[in-house]
Amino acid sequence: MATEQETKEFRAQAAAWMADNKPADPGFLLPQTFMEVGSDQQLDFLREWQHKLWSGGYLGLAWPEQYGGGGMEPVFQQIADAEMRKAAVPIAFNVIGLGWAGPLILDIGTAEEKEKYIKGILSAEDIWCQGFSEPDHGSDLGNAQCRAVRDGDEYVVNGTKIWTTMGNYARYMILLARTNPEAERKYDGLSFFLSPMDVAGVDPRPIRKVTGEYGFTETFFTDARIPASCIMGEEGQGWKIAMQTLQYERGAEAGAAGGLMQVRVVIDDVIDDLRGIQRDGAPILEDPVIRDQLVQMIMEGKAQSLGNRRAAIPALNTDYPGSLPLSNKIRTTEYQRRMRQLAVATQGGHGSMYVGDEKAVSGGFWQRAYFNNFSTTIGGGTSQIQANIVGEHVLGLPKS
Amino acid sequence: MNIAANNSLVFSEEQGMILDTAREFCRDKSAISAVRALLASDHGFDETVWQQMVELGWLGLAIPEEFGGSGLGIGATVPLAESMGRYLLSTPFFSTTLAAQLLARAGTSQQQAHWLPLLATGTRASLALLDGEDWGAPAFTATAEASAGQLKLSGEKWYVQDAGVADVLLVGVSLDGENRVVLVEKEQLTPDALQPHTLIDETKRAGRICLDGVTVPATALLVPESTASGLRDVALIGALLVAAESTGATAACLDTIVDYLKTRKQFGKLIGSYQALKHPTVDVLCAMDDARSFIYHAATLVGDGALDEDAEIACRMAKAQATDALEFAGDRAVQFHGGMGFTYECDAQLYIRRAQWARPQFGDAYHHRKRLAGLLLD
Repeated sequence: MATEQETKEFRAQAAAWMADNKPADPGFLLPQTFMEVGSDQQLDFLREWQHKLWSGGYLGLAWPEQYGGGGMEPVFQQIADAEMRKAAVPIAFNVIGLGWAGPLILDIGTAEEKEKYIKGILSAEDIWCQGFSEPDHGSDLGNAQCRAVRDGDEYVVNGTKIWTTMGNYARYMILLARTNPEAERKYDGLSFFLSPMDVAGVDPRPIRKVTGEYGFTETFFTDARIPASCIMGEEGQGWKIAMQTLQYERGAEAGAAGGLMQVRVVIDDVIDDLRGIQRDGAPILEDPVIRDQLVQMIMEGKAQSLGNRRAAIPALNTDYPGSLPLSNKIRTTEYQRRMRQLAVATQGGHGSMYVGDEKAVSGGFWQRAYFNNFSTTIGGGTSQIQANIVGEHVLGLPKS
Repeated sequence: MNIAANNSLVFSEEQGMILDTAREFCRDKSAISAVRALLASDHGFDETVWQQMVELGWLGLAIPEEFGGSGLGIGATVPLAESMGRYLLSTPFFSTTLAAQLLARAGTSQQQAHWLPLLATGTRASLALLDGEDWGAPAFTATAEASAGQLKLSGEKWYVQDAGVADVLLVGVSLDGENRVVLVEKEQLTPDALQPHTLIDETKRAGRICLDGVTVPATALLVPESTASGLRDVALIGALLVAAESTGATAACLDTIVDYLKTRKQFGKLIGSYQALKHPTVDVLCAMDDARSFIYHAATLVGDGALDEDAEIACRMAKAQATDALEFAGDRAVQFHGGMGFTYECDAQLYIRRAQWARPQFGDAYHHRKRLAGLLLD
């Protein structure tokens, strides 16, 4: 166990390093999350930053040393992450690698796989993407139809994946594909691959988002031949491995390498940005209606933080025990949506400006943040589906 | 987030035991049939149940040990208040507890030594602070005039909770232009001083008190230097206890909605399967969850000393959230019960009425958010 002295020293050291190494404003727009990397310029910048973070000793601290990690206790990565947040440094953008594929390979991969993949994930040399969702199978992942057919030393892949974050930049994909369409249970027909992207027949086509930017691709597989050795585990284990992959989201403690997944988006900054805005000839922050709206938003955010505390106290969760954890997604993502929407709505005339207008408030940060937030109220099960889940699994209401 | 950054929420084993006991007690003593049986009664509570609460030590929970209480602090009464709200159990607990708080914070040592041990053991008290409907009024309009060691009172007080059974009142008055509080014993009131309010929430009792013709000795004055902060703290604590009571009522109201949605069929289907009803019910759950988080956060921060700014923020947020949640829950409960919901017989009426009572008590959500804006935005 790390001593208090050790963690204290490490925190000070991390804080100093962030202050010294935080990159200057590059003069072009940076992504707010890893789902918004849309230009080579952004890619190069973020790649360089992640490499620096890793070589400086602040990324993958709890991963084994032999594969490029720090070999330390998770608490050190948590401290490093906290200092990154405080210093508002750029994101560690190789999130699928750092947060999903990496921990998975470390947990169940072969020594050869660890040797081959882990270091590249940390150094940002190898960008990873995820091939789970399909155009016709969003929430219903178990029904994925993309086919992988064994042919000698290869699998031949045909089908389409969608919402592939950085599909056009990735070197590898964690791919869920159907190897046995005849399996009795649909889940048992799925297999999991660490699949190379630079093979003939893999065609990632960028999707232009509601923000006007890119970041996702729709990824087409047409007789794409991938090595049979890139399967993880055995045929038919794909669903189990995919479900395990989804467990790593909870940060360093759960196995992720660390680093920020998104830039800071908080109500404090909404309010700061309103300090220069006028409404009806007076500062907007003096408008009672606006003040009331802001207070409601502060309360909503605070209620979530308090809810996280209360969720850990069983005595205060007796009537509907699963309530706070199961409603967490809908609450947090919908709060963010409303907060960002309010940030735009309160800008007055500025609210209709967008990224690119030099007069836009904070360069159009909030407009972009608001639109991008739909990826969270839609992705991973829409808020409407979440409300059904809470209604049925927490309140015990009949299925819709 | 830096705004309102204090997110502490601690719940001790001791509080857990209080919550368990309280919930069980209130469930046993205050079934809906018992609540309904008291609706038309004079004082709105069962004297036996009150005595049992006194014996359990609930009235002394927040009273300092030196005055015969348990000295657990007012935060310890939040689980009680939530449980009482859940079973709509009305007694003079709130009026007496809040009066004891004001005495503990601003009473003279003689007043404390005399009254606090009594209030811990069943003597009933109440606050008489409002001069009208405005919970945010900055100054008392009822007056006290000093002459020859006596204070001559005049004016009228509104919303004096449990006025009909209170043995002693703490009355807010203006004395030489300053807000002061005087202690008035029941016997010192004129015979027809009390005019009961007709309240929308039939589980509650409150009345108007006419002060004209009332004279008390000058020693009835609470400590002038402590009065302003005592009044401020008690207003916040009052808001917190109403919030806790409302959170419990919201939870019960939610159960009422859920039960109906799981049993009532229309068009051949249980109505809970319709998303038009299911999703707003989830909204009620989330609003109740937020209220519960706020009340136990506030319970963590309120102590025996003057409330600090974090505690003030917490109490105000708790009140704003909890009574809004109850209003929403009560409103939807009536609507979702359909034609049945429109009847007096349906329990939804109890909650929508409670919501109308709880809303203004110690300031409505607008009042608290307005003050929060000053605390958080300026």
